Amino acid sequence: MSKLRIDGVTRTFAPSRKDGTPTLALQPTTFDVADNDFITILGPSGCGKSTLLRIIAGLDRATEGRVLLDGEQVTGPGPERGMVFQSYTLFPWLTVIDNIAFGLRERGIPEARRTGLSHDWCARVGLAGFERHYPKQLSGGMQQRTAIARVLANDPKIMLLDEPFGALDNQTRSLMQETLLDIWQRETKTVLFVTHDIEESIFLASRVLVMSARPGRIKAEVRVDLPYPRHYTLKTSPEFSALKARLTEEIRAEAMLAARVQTH
Amino acid sequence: MPRPLEPIPSAARALLGVLFFVLFVLAWAWATLGGYVTRTFLADPFTMLREGYELLVRHGFLFDIAITIWRVVGGFVLAALVGVPLGVMMGTYKWVEAFFEPFVSFARYLPASAFIPLLILWAGIGEKQKLLVIFIGSVFQIILMVAVTVGSTRRDLVEAAYTLGAGDAGIIRRVLIPSAAPDIAEILRLVLGWAWTYVIVAELIGSSAGIGHMIVDSQALLNTGQIIFGIIVIGMIGLVSDFLFKAGNRWLFPWRLA
Repeated sequence: MSKLRIDGVTRTFAPSRKDGTPTLALQPTTFDVADNDFITILGPSGCGKSTLLRIIAGLDRATEGRVLLDGEQVTGPGPERGMVFQSYTLFPWLTVIDNIAFGLRERGIPEARRTGLSHDWCARVGLAGFERHYPKQLSGGMQQRTAIARVLANDPKIMLLDEPFGALDNQTRSLMQETLLDIWQRETKTVLFVTHDIEESIFLASRVLVMSARPGRIKAEVRVDLPYPRHYTLKTSPEFSALKARLTEEIRAEAMLAARVQTH
Repeated sequence: MPRPLEPIPSAARALLGVLFFVLFVLAWAWATLGGYVTRTFLADPFTMLREGYELLVRHGFLFDIAITIWRVVGGFVLAALVGVPLGVMMGTYKWVEAFFEPFVSFARYLPASAFIPLLILWAGIGEKQKLLVIFIGSVFQIILMVAVTVGSTRRDLVEAAYTLGAGDAGIIRRVLIPSAAPDIAEILRLVLGWAWTYVIVAELIGSSAGIGHMIVDSQALLNTGQIIFGIIVIGMIGLVSDFLFKAGNRWLFPWRLA
């Protein structure tokens, strides 16, 4: 049985004016995610990939269709579907350790266990020594490490990431990708990762879902049969380059379509 | 020549701030001691200080000061106790906001001082009436500003909290309130400043003690020295309370400055 099933999900946004026409953001989308899969959803800006992820998280509602996690229908947000956002969403009034412990606290985990788990996760994402820092005192990469630890401390069934490294510089992004893969392999989590970065989508995933320009739909599914653990040197291998060339073609057509829609 | 928005050293900042006070007093001394303004209308700085000393030592002015502070703090605390929770609820639940917002917006523009005659009818000229003036003057401002602050909490923080397993009560207690807390403290600091104007107005009418009462008494005696001393005392208390509030906020919300 698949872990996560996206079953004919669509999303239509109501018109902004009374006499306007509704906007179709997402065409009927169906796919399955197996347990411990690492899947990236690749698409041009505004294609509805974030909308799709938000529907899976329960932060947005599907107009039609449904999302099933372990056979149960998703009706709202919950800790079993942890999410890392593109914007830095650490609670600025909490220290790193208290941010990581936030979900545990909300779920009523006793304090002793909470402290143990949050310190453990803080160390596992490489932030030992920064426990008492406030988010403002951290770099962007460190903030996203904390956000990942905050989600994982909750032991979610699936981890949703919405362009989490989009605002980071290239070097930091590359490091974060390796960190994330490390964690994924150690913890054997199911991961759904949204990005518009072709290289990132290949490097991380076992399967890349390519989305079309708005209104979005899954237009291609590309298997990435490169063995884990992956090293950053993989990005210069011929197999990687071939995949990159193929996905660049797929995305380019969509990006041009999207650009035409915007200029007209 | 300093450029626009260029920062200045903190020593220079303090010096410039003091300099204006000095210039102000000098101009005042020049106008009064030089005989350009009649003593009947404006006392000179030395007379003011002497009168102030007299007030404190001979007329028990400290008691008036204490009474006024108690009224401000009393009315303000009552307003905060009602205004902050209601404002938080309005900011959190849109239907609570829809219910109260139009009335509160209307009530905010009712001048507290215009209620004084009515409040005297209702509550007499005792402490209850003074507290009510300050309460009416402060509570609607607090409600509205707190509601706006809570309502503008970052959506992505709320969403992150939901995906971490927070329920509605957790969102209010551990996201909306801590996120808005520093701004709520700032709002209270601002409104406390306004409460000071209401208390003096309340004391000018039908009062037997307080700084405002002393000012009215001094006007009858044409003692401008005492009036100015009273005004300066109000300014000093305002400055001190403002400083304490700011220090308190820095201590309570270190993450804002970190």
